[in-house]
Amino acid sequence: MGKLTLVQCLTGHRGRVWGAGWHPRDPVLATCGEDKTIRIWADDGTGRWVPKTVLSDGHTRTIRDVAWSPCGRFLASASFDATVAIWDRRSGEFECNATLEGHENEVKSVAWSRSGSLLATCSRDKSVWIWEVAQEDEYECAAVLNTHSQDVKKVEWHPHEDVLASASYDNTIQLYREDLADSDWSSFDTLASHDSTVWSIAFDASGRRLASCSDDQTVRIWQEYKPGNEFGVACPDGKTPVWKCVCTLSGFHSRAVYDISWCKQTGLIATACGDDMVRIFREVAGSPANEPTFELVASKHAHTQDANTVEWSPAGLLVTTSDDGDVKLWKFEEDE
Amino acid sequence: MSELENINPNVYKRSEDRKSTEDDENDDVADPFDEREIFDLIRNINDPEHPLTLEELHVLEQSLITVDNEKNFVKVLFTPTIPHCSMATLIGLSIRVKLLRALPPRFKVSVEINPGTHASENAVNKQLADKERVAAALENTHLIEVINQCIAVPIK
Repeated sequence: MGKLTLVQCLTGHRGRVWGAGWHPRDPVLATCGEDKTIRIWADDGTGRWVPKTVLSDGHTRTIRDVAWSPCGRFLASASFDATVAIWDRRSGEFECNATLEGHENEVKSVAWSRSGSLLATCSRDKSVWIWEVAQEDEYECAAVLNTHSQDVKKVEWHPHEDVLASASYDNTIQLYREDLADSDWSSFDTLASHDSTVWSIAFDASGRRLASCSDDQTVRIWQEYKPGNEFGVACPDGKTPVWKCVCTLSGFHSRAVYDISWCKQTGLIATACGDDMVRIFREVAGSPANEPTFELVASKHAHTQDANTVEWSPAGLLVTTSDDGDVKLWKFEEDE
Repeated sequence: MSELENINPNVYKRSEDRKSTEDDENDDVADPFDEREIFDLIRNINDPEHPLTLEELHVLEQSLITVDNEKNFVKVLFTPTIPHCSMATLIGLSIRVKLLRALPPRFKVSVEINPGTHASENAVNKQLADKERVAAALENTHLIEVINQCIAVPIK
């Protein structure tokens, strides 16, 4: 087992805190919520986190999600007001210099591709949009993907390739890539096995595995099988990889699992659950690649209401947000 | 509203008011939430169609409420007056909002259709259980106005 210790509780948001995003390099964190604000927090150099800025004029409704670009210069925010705002601090202060419009209603999630040249958004309107970062403050819609039959909850890019994953109220996960011949984006695989809404997804460091969490109170681990793989998993056209569910973690969560994060450094999986708990899972050493086993290594009653987000920082800190209005920073230590 | 969906619903008798006991006035006696208290919070919610309460239409019954005060858990089953009631989601939302406002935030509230009493009960249940969609719905000024009218207590 391991130990999850509270580093600091960040208070300031009024009402439910929905999202959090770590800066890719600096000890900086952005959070957002029901109060229509984005709050930027930073380590003051002594390990104490202090509020830096409150961005309050970008959206007219709940801000559901925030994401930093890989270069760290831009922050994107997704709102129930059907827009996505792009913020930067070229002028010294954070300012919204671009607003992406097009979704018919609530935007639920936003994510930057690994290179920072693509941005994905998804909405209650059942669609996933891919935006190309054209020039400064200019974003062009490269694709509108209507594969899901219901509200799309989350988008997440592959860590190395321009492959996008999306999770939906229709219980499935879709994987998309661009056909380089005609630069058309389309879904190449549908990951179906959850029994209810898939709230969130996370790739591992290799990008060969994906973890998903759901209203059905389970976490599932999916694995990529490329054409000609040594396990004899058939690929439909001999060219397109297929993804299969290789592990289901059930019996650990007692309510909907709202978020999942797969640490790129340690391989630890963290979950945020509607039972107020945060849990950490680790792959059992030496477990077979095709039937991996994951064990629970820590669980903590982290909040007084639903835990909404969980995300590992590049430095190994864990952030959680909750309906109780708090943002909490945690340190995980393995017991030897 | 142009046409009523359910023109002639059955109307039932209201239950008696809860009798207060000596313990209710005594601050030293712990007073955990029970089924009757939850029922009292929601039984006077108005039906969106009829000038009647959810109790009078048997949409709500005390026997279909489960409370675990210690585990912070409240579950309410409601029975739409007809199996194709298009108001089912609105009624469920009104119950949710009323309990959201009245109960301490520690409670996890589930509002579901009484099994077997509605044609699309799974879809309605899923919608009511999705807190993100409920939150978005409650930011809709028109909808919240309608809900407020349903949960408003008439001045006697």
